[in-house]
Amino acid sequence: MKYVDEFRDGGLAKGLAAAVSHAAVRGRDYSFMEFCGGHTHAIFRYGVADLLPANVHMIHGPGCPVCVLPIGRIDMAIELALEHGVTLCTYGDTLRIPASNGLSLLKAKSQGGDIRIVYSCADALALAQQHPERQVVFFAIGFETTTPPTAVVIRQAHDLGLENFSVLCCHVLTPAAIVHILESPEVRDDGTVALDGFIGPAHVSTVIGSRPYEFVAVKYRKPVVIAGFEPLDVMQAILMLVKQVNEGRAEVENEFSRAVTREGNVKAQRLVAEVFELRREFEWRGLGIVADSALSIRENFSRFDAEKRFPLSYRQVADNRACECGAILRGVKRPWQCKLFGTVCTPENPMGSCMVSSEGACAAHYSYGRYKESERV
Amino acid sequence: MCLALPARIIEIRGDDMAVIELGGVRKECSLALIDDAVVGDYVIVHVGYALTKLDPEEAEKTLQLFAELGDATLEAER
Amino acid sequence: MTDVKRGYVRPLDIKQGRVDMSHGSGGRMTAQLIAELFAVAFANDYLGQGDDGAVLPAAAGRLVMSTDCHVVSPLFFPGGDIGCLAVHGTINDVAMMGATPLYLTAGFILEEGFPFADLKRIVDSMARAAKEAGVPVVAGDTKVVERGHGDGVFITTTALGFLPEGVSLSGSRARPGDRILVSGTLGDHGMAIMAQRESLGFSSPIVSDTAALHGMVAALLASGADVHVLRDPTRGGLATTLNEIAEQSGVGMMIQEPALPINREVAAACELLGLDPLYVANEGKLVAVVAGEDAELALAALLAHPLGGRAAIVGTVHEDSHHFVQMTTGFGGRRIVDWLSGEQLPRIC
Repeated sequence: MKYVDEFRDGGLAKGLAAAVSHAAVRGRDYSFMEFCGGHTHAIFRYGVADLLPANVHMIHGPGCPVCVLPIGRIDMAIELALEHGVTLCTYGDTLRIPASNGLSLLKAKSQGGDIRIVYSCADALALAQQHPERQVVFFAIGFETTTPPTAVVIRQAHDLGLENFSVLCCHVLTPAAIVHILESPEVRDDGTVALDGFIGPAHVSTVIGSRPYEFVAVKYRKPVVIAGFEPLDVMQAILMLVKQVNEGRAEVENEFSRAVTREGNVKAQRLVAEVFELRREFEWRGLGIVADSALSIRENFSRFDAEKRFPLSYRQVADNRACECGAILRGVKRPWQCKLFGTVCTPENPMGSCMVSSEGACAAHYSYGRYKESERV
Repeated sequence: MCLALPARIIEIRGDDMAVIELGGVRKECSLALIDDAVVGDYVIVHVGYALTKLDPEEAEKTLQLFAELGDATLEAER
Repeated sequence: MTDVKRGYVRPLDIKQGRVDMSHGSGGRMTAQLIAELFAVAFANDYLGQGDDGAVLPAAAGRLVMSTDCHVVSPLFFPGGDIGCLAVHGTINDVAMMGATPLYLTAGFILEEGFPFADLKRIVDSMARAAKEAGVPVVAGDTKVVERGHGDGVFITTTALGFLPEGVSLSGSRARPGDRILVSGTLGDHGMAIMAQRESLGFSSPIVSDTAALHGMVAALLASGADVHVLRDPTRGGLATTLNEIAEQSGVGMMIQEPALPINREVAAACELLGLDPLYVANEGKLVAVVAGEDAELALAALLAHPLGGRAAIVGTVHEDSHHFVQMTTGFGGRRIVDWLSGEQLPRIC
């Protein structure tokens, strides 16, 4: 696979690992947060942490849209399928998330809900066109990478004058979440969480560009390096972050220059702005209410807003009190420091957002990195 | 998040649609989010949509950089 | 003696006809379906007797029996169909014990409305697979369920095999120092199915690897290699099989990612859908855990067999109280290859 395999090359990895070790000043600790769940997944899948020196630590951030999706929103999706008889189309990621009343979308399917996995929102639109007798709702999750495709299908549905297609919009925004973390007391005030910089998301940045992260560097004095998804990209980004810290710089650098520009994809941004608007606030599982962090569908496209078409209401559902996801998502605690981790809370029985998707810090650690713990004791 | 992969456009169809190829696998993909794509271009594909074109020159530069950094360090350590 | 004149029964319309509830009633319609569709395909002396049960010769040793249910969708896929899959799957279960498969039975649950043409295609495929494997279908049954209560057809097969003296294979026999081999490329079957469902196209199509493995098993055992475990990595893929064995044997395992044979298109299709080939089903491959010193001998035996052309040594068994299956990645790092959590689903994240 061109432009993929070359960026996974083990030989080059050795060289970059040596470079990182060489650059990291002995006796100094470096803590970087990879915001994006995809980077968390890559780090674990390839065992990148094994190639880092002991004084470079990765903190796994909340950039996993499945992880931060509140239970209440999944309840709405289930309600649409079971009580309003819609054909609910969803990406596969949401299917197993446990929701209220012991249900999940998978369980709702077994109870007769017409719930279908789609690879693309275009498949949901096609389904609506093929079945004018059914109400089709697309469960739209994801960050800024996944939002433009949803905007495209809403526009198409509008142009086609479809009467039976709508979207349950749960799209969330990256910069707001980064601010939330930087504003948390442990990071901002008392410094209990050392956070020396961020690895910026790869594909979100192809859409929004590198510009939106500049405030992080300027206002909070933290370096940001946007990295591609492959393990060599991640290693290189870590090297660039280490160098920035050593040199006392706080800039936005772009490692993923083959796909990210400062301006991003303006066409996609315009389309998103045309269809969506900011929600004043939105609940993020594990982080609480975050201002200006999510999108809803604009008034003139409200015919395609499932929340307007169907009588749905959002009910907040709290996580288990012992669940430490909030602290883990902010980098304050590590998965094994949560009482529930690996005992009650496992990938088969996730109690909180970090275990729900394979990219969540707890799930990734459990599924890929558990051997480290056994060696720690 | 955001599982996306670089793939080559091998065919352009009407209505903003294309066929992309990665490692011998072909799939349909929408070009609605980008402009001026031609056969032979590499694009980043996410949930059936091309998000942006991949710049082959930058890709080469990045790989070069990896190699250089690695060599430089291993040299320095000798 | 005068001939009793039988009433004329129109032959089944294989081209246009469909299964209906009368075919499940046990009466003349059932008999006709069996005679004109099943028996004619499976034709052998046992079935030819037409009795309730097949009388089999006594075996001079231990017997191995196994059963498999098949509910695959789509019914027809590149490289095979539910029919040959059903034959191969059960033969392979018996073969993994080191036994020679001798007889098969087949039960069919047919959905009302299922086209005879499709049924004939499936049954003919089964008959071909059974014939090639040298294992006759000696007994069978069919029932019909109402439309909407079945996915076209469900097939259950049972195989009986003979276990030669001295053969003792078990998932509990893996020992530290053993080497782990796979007989060929991983993930072909599961991705052939998935590709149909997700309408992926291919320049070189991904084809299911469904195959009967007893011949290759016999060759492996005949090589003299000290084989401890044989298992076919079906549902849940190689990862699940290795975890099962590690758990059963109370050991840990370390596999090398670069050693795993995976077809280019399978790897690419997995990437596109967000799947891990380690968890994707195989239907014509085996995993062998052999004594360390016999690894090369076992590999040679597999490579020499037509089904084992891409065989490889992929890992080692070691002591580990946690029974982890771990992998060194091509990148140079290490990770656990954990049990599968439910079905692997295509993802966007």
